[in-house]
Amino acid sequence: MTAYLLRRLLGTVGVIFLVATATFIMVFLMPGDAARMYAGPRAPEETVQRIRVLWGLDQPLPVQYIRYMGRALQGDLGQSTRDKRPVLQAVFERLPATIQLALAGLFIELLVGVPLGILAATRPGSWIDQLATIIALVGISIPQFALGLIALYVFGFLIPIFPLGGYGTPLHLVLPALVLGIGGTAFYSRVLRNSILEVTGEDYVRTAKAKGLSPRVVLTRHILRNALMPVVTLAGLDLATLLGGVVVIEAVFGWPGIGLQAWNAIRNQDTPMIMGTVLFASVAVVFLNLFVDVLYIAIDPRVRLT
Amino acid sequence: MVQIEIEKPSERGFWVQLRRLPRAWIGAGLVILVALAAIFAPLVAPADPLKQFRDGLAANGIPLPPSAQFPLGSDNLGRDVLSRMLYGARVSLSVSVVANVVAAIIGTGLGLWAGFYSGPTDWLIMRFVDVLLAFPAILLALGIGAVLERGYRTVIIILTIVTFPALVRLVRSQVLTVRERVFVESARALGATDWYIIFHHILPHTITVTVVWTTLSFANTILVEAALSFLGVGIQLPDPSWGNMINEGQSRYRIAPWMIIVPTVAILITTLGFNLLGDAVRDALDPRTSQR
Repeated sequence: MTAYLLRRLLGTVGVIFLVATATFIMVFLMPGDAARMYAGPRAPEETVQRIRVLWGLDQPLPVQYIRYMGRALQGDLGQSTRDKRPVLQAVFERLPATIQLALAGLFIELLVGVPLGILAATRPGSWIDQLATIIALVGISIPQFALGLIALYVFGFLIPIFPLGGYGTPLHLVLPALVLGIGGTAFYSRVLRNSILEVTGEDYVRTAKAKGLSPRVVLTRHILRNALMPVVTLAGLDLATLLGGVVVIEAVFGWPGIGLQAWNAIRNQDTPMIMGTVLFASVAVVFLNLFVDVLYIAIDPRVRLT
Repeated sequence: MVQIEIEKPSERGFWVQLRRLPRAWIGAGLVILVALAAIFAPLVAPADPLKQFRDGLAANGIPLPPSAQFPLGSDNLGRDVLSRMLYGARVSLSVSVVANVVAAIIGTGLGLWAGFYSGPTDWLIMRFVDVLLAFPAILLALGIGAVLERGYRTVIIILTIVTFPALVRLVRSQVLTVRERVFVESARALGATDWYIIFHHILPHTITVTVVWTTLSFANTILVEAALSFLGVGIQLPDPSWGNMINEGQSRYRIAPWMIIVPTVAILITTLGFNLLGDAVRDALDPRTSQR
């Protein structure tokens, strides 16, 4: 196990290295002159040139690459060309808002999704299953940003219960968290339902039933323990989706997280800010994935450590 | 010698199963409806989607609500929303079809390869997949959208990149369980080549995963395309896409809610159709989860 963990940790470091390389390539390919963007359109050419030298943009590509990686290793993701601040500092300032929103969304997902999935699977074909399936399908099918706008229109404008976007009070959190969570609720309930039904068809479940165990014990000990595995795996994959979804939700609700910041950076052509955010979010996802994989082994002894 | 046929899903059985599911019919119906709208948009649409009508705006510059001239209202530039929605179907569907076909081929191929041959190849492919999965889809898309020239080709590239990595993982994990089964062992003992085993014993067991994933991911690619266009890095104006239509409606949702509702319903019909169909395909292919 220790050897496996060590190897996975090394692999993770490798992935982060590749992710950073990928963002460097994207930064390099980015159209526009970062130094000119930073200095402003009316700055004299010599100022721009000084910034280029200062940032090492006049150096050959391999040198730029090594310097970029070196700085990234020390947590220096560059300077925003817009507000002239270190990118990492800006990301950390906005991070709490994003984490708050993501956790609230996850809370709603699990609170509604898991019971809904179990209910639907234990009574396949019943009205509860049908209803859960319909809710799940609509939840998966509707674009979150459109749902967000419609929620704002109905519950912010027509029936003004909640504020029209923004940040601060718990009331501000309700709509974005619900909209973010609905997609995931649908996702989890459906995955869990299908997984439970799949496991229910296995021989060991039939055996458990045949030897006279109560349906409750069969469900909790034999079915759920196995059926939850895809949920865990997909939750890992879903973390990335969740972070992506946060970008859109933040854009709709004016929620001041890293997603809104990245979106504004795109519109301002603030290269270092975009790539810094992408790199930061990706590193976070990589570590979360590692965590999920380890969890996966812990709950399924059949997975061999190859 | 005894020939044992195990769990190879028979094709006839699949179609019979599929036709029994109401979801399959509803889903297919919706998908066909949208496909027809996309194909025949130039014939069906009442107006040129790019034309800005002089009488398309009220005197105070506000878009017009649905009327005889504009069945689903007009937008902020006096264009016909119905026509833009119909042409938007072309954009969304064509982009998604191309991206999904490419992703299915790449995903299945890499998944089979990685799963069957453990070792350095597997490691390399999976780290590559890890890197791609490490980027949150929309953020990665924003990054690529910032680098490449915005337009159809870039959208297709982005959609392919966000679709195939998860399929590699799914196919690979399927291969990992299948290749340990007795029939693979016996095939090997009988002297079958790797190539033969992959195509005759492993691929049939992973096809389910590929088909279901691809059918279901259609809905996802349509949603991602819409999100990209909504955020301004997808299909560029004035070309209509459902996402950029909603973007234009965003700041006007209080005075012209139809600018948001019409494209939203269009997206919903499409994704609902693909999701219903995908769900039905999944059940039809896998008798263990069928509801009866």
